[in-house]
Amino acid sequence: MGAQLRVYRQKIKSAQTTKKITRAMELISASRIQKAQARVAASTPYSDAITRAVSAVASYSNVSHVLTTEPERVDRAAIVIFTSDRGLAGAFNSQVLRESEELAELLRSQGKEVVYFLIGRKSVGYFSFRRRDYERSWIGGTDNPEFETAKEVADAVLEAFLRDSADGGVDEIHIVYNRFVSRITQVPVVTRLLPLEVVEAEEEVAPSGKAEVFPLYEFEPDAETVLDGLLPVYIESRIFNAMLQSAAAKHAATQKAMKSATDNADKLITDYTRLANEARQSEITQQIAEIVGGADALSSSK
Amino acid sequence: MAALNVSVVSADQEVWSGEAAMVVARTVEGEIGILPGHEPMLAILAGGEVRVTLPGGEKITANAEDGFLSVQSDAVQVVASRAALA
Repeated sequence: MGAQLRVYRQKIKSAQTTKKITRAMELISASRIQKAQARVAASTPYSDAITRAVSAVASYSNVSHVLTTEPERVDRAAIVIFTSDRGLAGAFNSQVLRESEELAELLRSQGKEVVYFLIGRKSVGYFSFRRRDYERSWIGGTDNPEFETAKEVADAVLEAFLRDSADGGVDEIHIVYNRFVSRITQVPVVTRLLPLEVVEAEEEVAPSGKAEVFPLYEFEPDAETVLDGLLPVYIESRIFNAMLQSAAAKHAATQKAMKSATDNADKLITDYTRLANEARQSEITQQIAEIVGGADALSSSK
Repeated sequence: MAALNVSVVSADQEVWSGEAAMVVARTVEGEIGILPGHEPMLAILAGGEVRVTLPGGEKITANAEDGFLSVQSDAVQVVASRAALA
């Protein structure tokens, strides 16, 4: 066998092995999307209930709360970035990081200092590679987020928000995460989490879609305490939802990336098979030419 | 008599939902019992047991921590970050 032919055969082999791996990963993430989506769906009753309760309190009481009041001056803003622990997910992490860079740029142009809270190994890697500081980070479990982690994150950002900005507290909190739209599309979402904007249009909040007027609630112990208790829970549920969305989006992105990797491996295999065939053919042609040439030389020497 | 529509919801799932005759929960101000026709209410829960009495008289208990209770036109929602059927 010619040297060239052997090289092509090796390349075909390696592309086949890679293809097996990427195919397996594609199938795994396909099955995980469903689980992640089911978790998003299972947590909806909770976030719906909280959203309803918050808007009920907000629209029936004139209580101003520290979490809903716009600070007069915003000196420092925090960005919470939701990435994944693992790569091989196409543009999943880079698009979130790019969005947060843009947001940070915007905030800086408004004269605000930016601090970061990072979720997922990829964002931590991105920051440490660039030797940039971040306030806190959470690593692990982004594939299958636990509510405990969401609670920790919420506690940390609330603590930073409630601290005075002279002591290194922040006046604004933004979150950047990938929202799962469908298996094909994941959209990076940038929203301001705190201070909360209270929208008193409860018709839009109603999950049933029909206009719904909240009854006059009685609050126990009183509206202020209820709001005090509700708002942190609301923040927790928003963060948990972002984590779940991000997990589902990560699996979808991995599936898409691995599908195109498998397709590319297929293409490579076809290309190399063609080249290998060509090499084999030319080897045979050369051998025939040599034999014919040799026979000619023998018969003419007689 | 009308029945209550009860759902017990925790952060990652709906723990239980169905019709009930009475719900007893512990709020920060003490235990409260809710029967059909209760006025709309929002209360902060203190950690503890939530007891749901079914129309047949059977009882279901659930542990709820760190949450709130909302009552609105015979729909009762017990919302807690951690809740589990006992």
